Amino acid sequence: MIADPYLGKYTTCVSARSTDKEILQKAQDGGIVTTLMVYALEQGIIDGAIVAGKGDRPWQPRPFVAMSREDLLKARGTKYNISPQISLLKEATRSFGLDKVGVTGVCCQMQAVRKAQLYPINMRDVPDKIALAVGLFCMENFPYKSMQTIVEDHAGQSLSSVKKMEIGKGKFWVYTERGNVVTLPLKVTHKYEQPGCHVCLDYVSNLGDISTGSVGSPDGWSTVFIRTKVGNDVWSKAVAEGIFETKPIEEVKPGLELVTKLAKEKIDKNRKTVEERKTFGINKALQNPYT
Amino acid sequence: MANKIKLGHVHMSGCTGCLVSVADNYLGFIKILDDYADLVYSLTLADVRHIPEMDVALVEGSVCIQDHESVEEIKETRKKSKVVVALGSCASYGNITRFCRGGQHNQPQHESFLPIGNLIDVDVYIPGCPPSPELIRNVAVMAYMLLQGNADQKALADKYLKPLMALAKRGTTACFCDLMNDVINQGLCMGCGTCAASCPVRAITHEFGKPQGQRDLCIKCGSCYGACPRSFFNFDVIPEFETISEIIAGALK
Ligand SMILES: Cc1cc2nc3c(=O)[nH]c(=O)nc-3n(C[C@H](O)[C@H](O)[C@H](O)COP(=O)(O)OP(=O)(O)OC[C@H]3O[C@@H](n4cnc5c(N)ncnc54)[C@H](O)[C@@H]3O)c2cc1C
Ligand code: SF4
Ligand code: SF4
Repeated sequence: MIADPYLGKYTTCVSARSTDKEILQKAQDGGIVTTLMVYALEQGIIDGAIVAGKGDRPWQPRPFVAMSREDLLKARGTKYNISPQISLLKEATRSFGLDKVGVTGVCCQMQAVRKAQLYPINMRDVPDKIALAVGLFCMENFPYKSMQTIVEDHAGQSLSSVKKMEIGKGKFWVYTERGNVVTLPLKVTHKYEQPGCHVCLDYVSNLGDISTGSVGSPDGWSTVFIRTKVGNDVWSKAVAEGIFETKPIEEVKPGLELVTKLAKEKIDKNRKTVEERKTFGINKALQNPYT
Repeated sequence: MANKIKLGHVHMSGCTGCLVSVADNYLGFIKILDDYADLVYSLTLADVRHIPEMDVALVEGSVCIQDHESVEEIKETRKKSKVVVALGSCASYGNITRFCRGGQHNQPQHESFLPIGNLIDVDVYIPGCPPSPELIRNVAVMAYMLLQGNADQKALADKYLKPLMALAKRGTTACFCDLMNDVINQGLCMGCGTCAASCPVRAITHEFGKPQGQRDLCIKCGSCYGACPRSFFNFDVIPEFETISEIIAGALK
């Protein structure tokens, strides 16, 4: 077990890619999240999973409980705006009747899951039913209107024409169905970030059973941290069955070094924000969730 | 076991739903009574008429200030207990009893109900309507470790209970507004959705990722605020979820 101040606790870190060609067609990166959940569903490890599906507007996510491969595949791809995944955490055990719940979400949502497990305030039946939590790396998220502003006003593309969005290599990328590729420097997008992200002290979903993101691995591959016993069980079985191809993280570029660098940048910056909030007014502090 | 703690359930004005939640731990509850706690007082479950000395008093319900006996009992509970736990949202925040205007048979003049923290000092809150069996179980195990455990167990119980003790210090009123005042307006909300999941009356939905409360539906139970990861998030406890869950499960095996 490695315990890193920025990357959290993990037993293994690898670079990986799904071997499922259909999933890969529309996956954001190595298709890790969708493939894991499909595998867990087929193996009876979960009865269903909370994923970010399609909402009412273009690129607006809506959390839903996926109970089939088909449903899980509908949620592939990153939507760069808020999907309140945890709103379904109790509902999954009630209206959907799941005994073994899978959850996908960003770092703060993994934190929410673990708080709900240890301090289940009005979260009856939740703590013992979380069967697999797969977390995403996350530098920041955007409100819907921010994402719209970035894509429509700055990148000049209509949201409904967009095929994929991505943050990587220091830029915000917009790909359209007809083949346009627009990149924006992140200094353009920074001011549109969700403010609540600026006190977030986690970059690689330290509290997931497994966590994954693109950073650190080559295009089309994902960096994957295996963190808990539950995570280790699922992952080792899946790899043994050839569900994923993997490479040691030490053998890929840019590797863990970049992950660590970005994690440190995010967390140090946000720690500073939390500090600054203590003297925000004159003898008046802003609320601090961490004391 | 010789070193069992003395546990009591004190019933003020509540619906017994909190006690049912205690019992909904099934075998876990039996295990607690076998190994960790003697139930020395409980109108429903133990044949004891008068409030005895207790290590931990779980108080359900708010206090009707027109009912002399209730007022005396809650004060006596404080005097005779080492740790007073507000079990559920009525004891913590008034909850649904805040809406009482009196007029019910056979005591129509009983119209004013206050959370216990308005009459006595309270040590720990377990919000929820009803509180979840799992949180009650966790607090029971931690209370035992705090009072009878070894040094490591005491230290763990101490840090685990700290935020629930802070809730007890924070106040006796609750509302969806707590999220507005102390999370959303404070620039802390990140749209995780937890508040909506925790609301027992489904008063919270998310519009464009942010919580909207139907304030007329809100029963003032305080669950959303307590559950929100941006009300409290203790990095010395929650990231240890795997170990701590195992410790609790182990204690109840
Ligand atoms: C807001 C956001 C910011 C991110 N920032 C980074 C970053 O800085 N660095 C990095 O390396 N990776 C980041 N990621 C993760 C990355 O974009 C991919 O989501 C991740 O690599 C998984 O790819 P995949 O091919 O394995 O997933 P897929 O198989 O394509 O599945 C994607 C899964 O993501 C979930 N999802 C999609 N959108 C959201 C959302 N808005 N909220 C919650 N869950 C969602 C879906 O439920 C789905 O199951 C971010 C993701 C999000 C949502
Ligand atoms: S940066 Fe943190 S708070 Fe913001 S969405 Fe990502 S994980 Fe949540
Ligand atoms: S639980 Fe807290 S952080 Fe999460 S959506 Fe509700 S108010 Fe926002």
